[in-house]
Amino acid sequence: MANTSFLNVDNDNVLLSIQKFLKSILDLNDIEAILAPLHKKDGKNIMPVFIADPTLLNDVDPLAPAFAMNAAKLVSKLTHKPMGKKIAVVLRSCEIRALIELVKLKQAYLEDIVIIGFDCLGTYTNKNLAFLMASDTTDLTQRFCENALAGKEPPIEGGPNLSPACRACEYPVPENADILIGLLGLDIKKQVLLQALTEKGNALFENLSYTESEEPPGRKKVISEVISKKIEFRDKMFETTHKATNTLEKLSDYFASCINCYNCRVACPVCYCRECVFNTDVFDHDPYQYMQWAKRKGAVKLPADTNFYHITRLAHISLNCVGCGQCSNACPNDIPVMELFKYVANNTQAAFEYEAGKDMDQPPPLSVFKEEEYLDVVGIN
Amino acid sequence: MAEHEPLIIAFVCNWCTYTAADLAGTSRLSYPKNIRLIRVMCTGMVDPQYIIKAFLEGADMVIVSGCHPGDCHYINGNYKARRRIKLLKEILPKFGIEKQRLKLTWIGASDGIEFAKTMQELVIQAKTIGPNPARTGAGL
Ligand code: SF4
Ligand code: SF4
Ligand code: FES
Repeated sequence: MANTSFLNVDNDNVLLSIQKFLKSILDLNDIEAILAPLHKKDGKNIMPVFIADPTLLNDVDPLAPAFAMNAAKLVSKLTHKPMGKKIAVVLRSCEIRALIELVKLKQAYLEDIVIIGFDCLGTYTNKNLAFLMASDTTDLTQRFCENALAGKEPPIEGGPNLSPACRACEYPVPENADILIGLLGLDIKKQVLLQALTEKGNALFENLSYTESEEPPGRKKVISEVISKKIEFRDKMFETTHKATNTLEKLSDYFASCINCYNCRVACPVCYCRECVFNTDVFDHDPYQYMQWAKRKGAVKLPADTNFYHITRLAHISLNCVGCGQCSNACPNDIPVMELFKYVANNTQAAFEYEAGKDMDQPPPLSVFKEEEYLDVVGIN
Repeated sequence: MAEHEPLIIAFVCNWCTYTAADLAGTSRLSYPKNIRLIRVMCTGMVDPQYIIKAFLEGADMVIVSGCHPGDCHYINGNYKARRRIKLLKEILPKFGIEKQRLKLTWIGASDGIEFAKTMQELVIQAKTIGPNPARTGAGL
């Protein structure tokens, strides 16, 4: 049962009311620190910071359209062993979904954390955010939220559009948060929604004095309209990606400017191997091997093994991919990595009737098996 | 033009299909020279990347073959292999590597005849599908 209330917004400043709410959480005896995105002093970016001093919460800005990295990886750092303290983490929907995958892979634990999620209105790529933040940043978050809620594209007039990952995201409302801050279907100049979605959220709610209320009647419809628009964008993106990659030769063209830096793997929250095989000496080929490839194929791309790397990564993590787009965001050569990974992930997850990040009780497909299943893949016909 | 001689990579488990291949040999059954056997301890240790690598290097077909369900010497390696094959059959066709180029079978230790027959059949199929373009494509 969702426990529902509202946060009042004063002076047309939704961010202030959220900062106030986070302070009230940090004031609670049992929560000793909060992981949340915070404006860095250089004014160039907003980065996840682990905050124990409540005065620093004046600089947190979870609603800013910034997404420097997927913080699920950081929650893994904070929880892979018991810390002995309870903490709260403020995360976007795709960060929560990546976290759920990491918990299933036993690389993060939820026992000592409270997850605070919020309706995600989307983010810019790091490059586009830097561009925006180089000009007028006054009320950026407020303007962004109001325009995005009004359906304006791009949300900041004259600015760039949101990242493709966000435009194609089917989950603007996080499902696995303990506490949800709702924006869709609300007049954020007046109030935002506050909902406890779990037992843990309810318990926390009881310590805060909010009056029980009802979800605004129009909210569900607004959410479903937003989602259908994103799915429309997503399906077009899948179509374009499919056409650009449906042979190995086209795949090579797609990754033609890949320098095998593996930034996409480092940025990916669900790339779970402790040591990636592509970093091992398995790939220190004998120099003569390159000559053999070059002779057989006419020429060989260097660094080599690019298609091999990307297809292997697809085999390893497409079942866990949450479509967060950090792979594309991290690519120095602007290769649309997310577009391909999300497209393939959509197919592999459907094949196993699995949805990454959705359901804590659904085991990752490669971690289980049944005696009688997938009989159609066996045999030579 | 000479008929395309397909190259088929077979990952076979030590305890069942490899033993069957051995038996085929000692029974003087012949099977085509297009097959390259790679002996692994269990189908459960065939990482998807071995299969991907084989295709990217130009294998026309890859077969993973091991013990029948219930007979795996490591109890459940073949069930894990089956899920990985299922996964690869979703991924590889996205890049034009047809589903039919990847096979999974169970051939028990005493099935020498079955082994030889399967390999002959695979060569026929591989000829029908045609060469894997990855063999010579530059991919720049
Ligand atoms: S592959 Fe890309 S989109 Fe998918 S989870 Fe990893 S970083 Fe996010
Ligand atoms: S980040 Fe870009 S250049 Fe680096 S390995 Fe990934 S796709 Fe290649
Ligand atoms: S030992 Fe033969 S499949 Fe596992």
